[in-house]
Amino acid sequence: MIFRHLFLIPIGIALAAEVPAAEPYLAWRAEPASVPEPLGGLKGDAQRGRAVAANQAQGNCLACHPLPIPEEPFHGEIGPPLAGVGSRLPAVGIRLWVINARLIKPDTIMPAFYLDPKEIYRSDDDHAGRTLLSAQQVEDVVAYLATLK
Amino acid sequence: MIRFLVLLLIPLSLWAGPKSGYEYLTPESRAIQDDDFQNPGMSAVEEGSKLFHAQGEEGHSCATCHGEGGAKLDPRRIAAYPVFGKAQGKPVTLRDRVHICWEERLGNFPLEFDDKNALYLETFVRHLARGEPVNVDVSAELKPFYEMGEKLYRTRLGQFGMTCYHCHDQYPGRKMRAQPLSEGQTNGFPTYRLGSGKVTSLGDRLNECMVSLRAARFEHDSEDYRNLEVYLNARGNGLKIETPAVRY
Ligand code: HEC
Ligand code: HEC
Repeated sequence: MIFRHLFLIPIGIALAAEVPAAEPYLAWRAEPASVPEPLGGLKGDAQRGRAVAANQAQGNCLACHPLPIPEEPFHGEIGPPLAGVGSRLPAVGIRLWVINARLIKPDTIMPAFYLDPKEIYRSDDDHAGRTLLSAQQVEDVVAYLATLK
Repeated sequence: MIRFLVLLLIPLSLWAGPKSGYEYLTPESRAIQDDDFQNPGMSAVEEGSKLFHAQGEEGHSCATCHGEGGAKLDPRRIAAYPVFGKAQGKPVTLRDRVHICWEERLGNFPLEFDDKNALYLETFVRHLARGEPVNVDVSAELKPFYEMGEKLYRTRLGQFGMTCYHCHDQYPGRKMRAQPLSEGQTNGFPTYRLGSGKVTSLGDRLNECMVSLRAARFEHDSEDYRNLEVYLNARGNGLKIETPAVRY
């Protein structure tokens, strides 16, 4: 465990986390620019979503995107700033970005946070068979971004 | 016509050739690398020098064949690694060469691939070529290995599903959280790492990138990393060797 901390901190993309128990993967359906239905019919919570976006062991959206989360230092410079994203995109569009940005931009660096684990190549043992975020975390993050008007 | 020329010039001016990780360091970190007395990586060079001059099982040392201090080793040949090994039928990295000489020429007991003595010897030998431009010839036998290495470089890996190409070709110079990304060049290896305080082999560095992708690591001694090293070194052709470079 100490070994993983040493390596992960300098890279900053993913802090070692207690890995949550694997959940059954829920299928979803994409339209060209959206995922119209919430995953598993779950309701997102914007307050929790803000924490997921900032948490280095969860969404860690901050690794790449500047976000209006002033108490966190070091926002990344890889993706576009997400302030105002709720005015640019409808919630169903944000959901597709978070679930699988590759369906919008095939070559994107942005991780697919709810990819069918069968499509993941060479996961390490700790994360095999798991999505990056749980279905509830995806819905929470979507709810949070939708409030960024 | 003029429009066409202007269009042609824009991409040319953007591509300034490969850039060493050195260029992404702070002035303070560069100063540590620039001064051999301050650079902690030099201790690995010294350890390597001792091993280079130590007698092996069959009574001679590396220096017996390669000269005192490696005087008979040609920096241009060191800068050409990995080379194609006819006997092996595959790429031979500088690390492989150290192992081959250690076992076959000196008759010593084999070293594990991540043995620190092998790391010290590699650091000593590559340091002999400091300042020499990397020059890997991938036009002939190494070509298929280079291509396999490039394929791996562009494969989405691990739960994060990013590729080497994403971080090191698309976003060098940008920060991921607090960490600035570089081109992921190999001209400084083995490198001294300010974060861990250790001299680090290329294989260990690649494994750190794999861990950050939550990807299963490859063995140091795997064909995958050997091919990747061919690709990475050739990608940095022209960069001056900086071993032991100082990096984060
Ligand atoms: C490794 C980098 C990275 C991470 C981590 C990342 N993103 Fe992104 N994201 C990008 C990039 C880059 C783009 C722009 C598309 C492109 O150029 O590939 C983007 C685009 C987006 C967009 C579309 C923005 C717009 O204005 O059109 C949304 C929404 C988004 N990301 C949300 C998120 C959320 C939420 C998270 C975390 C759960 C996240 N991103 C994590 C790199 C990242
Ligand atoms: C999530 C982003 C990311 C990915 C993907 C990634 N790396 Fe890295 N890599 C880093 C960071 C951060 C560093 C340390 C800062 C730097 O030099 O860029 C680094 C450093 C390196 C270095 C050392 C550079 C030097 O000057 O010492 C090499 C070589 C390297 N990476 C190669 C690779 C290869 C090959 C892959 C694919 C197997 C890869 N990286 C994938 C983030 C990444």
